Parts: sequence; structure tokens; C-alpha cells
Amino acid sequence: MKSRYDNEMELHFLSKSSNEAFARITVAAFAAQLDPTIEELADIKTAVSEAVTNSIIHGYENTEGIVKLKATLLDNVVEIEVSDNGKGIEDVELARKPLYTTKGNLERSGMGFTIMESFMDEVEIQSVVEIGTKVTMRKKIKKEVENEEGEELEETELTQENTLMNS
Amino acid sequence: MESSFNSEDNTLCVSITEDIDHHTTEKIRRKMDYEITRFMPRKVMFDFSKVSFMDSAGIGLLIGRYKLIKLLGGNAEIINTNKSIEKVLEMSGIVKIIPIQKKKEIS
Repeated sequence: MKSRYDNEMELHFLSKSSNEAFARITVAAFAAQLDPTIEELADIKTAVSEAVTNSIIHGYENTEGIVKLKATLLDNVVEIEVSDNGKGIEDVELARKPLYTTKGNLERSGMGFTIMESFMDEVEIQSVVEIGTKVTMRKKIKKEVENEEGEELEETELTQENTLMNS
Repeated sequence: MESSFNSEDNTLCVSITEDIDHHTTEKIRRKMDYEITRFMPRKVMFDFSKVSFMDSAGIGLLIGRYKLIKLLGGNAEIINTNKSIEKVLEMSGIVKIIPIQKKKEIS
């Protein structure tokens, strides 16, 4: 079977909080193939950490379950899917709101989805109560190099330049 | 976590020595609360020089400690943050109550 992606990987791990660092570091190492900046990599790590933590403490509420993490690369876009078979989110729109938390007593800030949304380009949440939740996030890695005048070239211009050079 | 208390200006400097996420906050929280209630400092400086990563769990951690510090009559500030940690801090708005001090004061 040929993948429709340039590259893809999948991880299944137990919903243990010690896996939060494992998950974000693994995705960062995988996404590094697209040659992101340090800042882009930090954004990806933070977003993955938020999604995985949500599955562990909200989805499974600290009981044991499996968190699935899938990452794919296509052109210069990294797509990350974090899913669980936990208790699901009753009101997704409410959960997306900044500062909204159902776990205020645990000193949760309610910023998880807000961080995912601002650090990634797109965030989709699919959730069914008692079935589980899937968060899909995408980020475009912008390739920037400096031309002779020291100005930054966007990726589209670069592609054109490459096409010219190859012709 | 490492900490040092300066009794002259009643300042507690708390240096976090690991990445901050949901997994690590519980341990950090316990140690911080112990030091804060022990010294009842006028000022707490959260030193991030040894932290390379922090997610929203760190925001919850800082807000919780700030409430305790405030209750004991003190205030707090953050020092030595990297760019990505600053981004998380600034987005959450927490810097309005715990400001980031750009330059570390040498005591």
C-alpha cells in the first residue's frame, strides 16, 4: 500500500503522564525532517503536549487507556492526530474557550485548546461522549532563506526559483 | 528545583531545573509551596534559566503559587525565560500579574 503522504508514523502508548514528554519529543524529531525553525518546533512540541495531556487527564481521567498519535508529512505541512477512547467532550465549543476548565481544582489553566489553536495553523476536534476524542492539528513549515539583498524569500518564490534553475 | 533565600531583602529565588508539563508540576508544586510557606518571602523570583520547555500546566502552576504568595503578603516575578516559554506566558496573560524581569538582578 502506497501512502498518500511523504512520510507517516504512528505511536500507541499508555495514558501515563510520563509519556507527555515522550510524545512531544518524538513528534518534534519526526517533524525535524521538514527543517523547521526552533520556534516552529517549539510550537509543535507545545501543541502536542497539550493534546496528549488532555487525553490523559480529561479523556481517561487518569485511568489506564491507550493514546494514539499519528503524524504525517506532506509537502511542507505536518499533520498530527491525537486520539483516545476516553469519555469524550460534551460541548466542544465550550471546551475551546480560553480559561474554560473542568479541572480548576487541579490548577489547570484552561489554556490547552487556545495554545493548540494559536501555535498551529489548523485545529479540528471530533468528540463523541463515551466514545472518545480526536484532535487533528496542522502546521505549515515556512521555508525562508535570505536572498542577496538580505530579504527573506517565501517558499513559493523559492519554488519558482528552483524551477528556473532546473530548466 | 533549587532555591535560595536572601534574608536581607526577603527574596526567595526559585530555580526550576526541569521541563514543566502536567507530569512534572505536582512535584515542583510541592517543593515550591514548602519553600514559600517556610520563608514567607516579600518577593519570589521564578528563575527559568534551566527550563527549556513549558506548556499550559506551567501557567496553572504559576497562578496557584501566585495566589499563595499574595496571601502571605508578597509578590512575584519571572526571570531568564527563553522565547518559547515567553510566548506561552504572554498568551495566557499571566505576565500582567507576574511580570517577566528581562535582566536578572545580581544579589
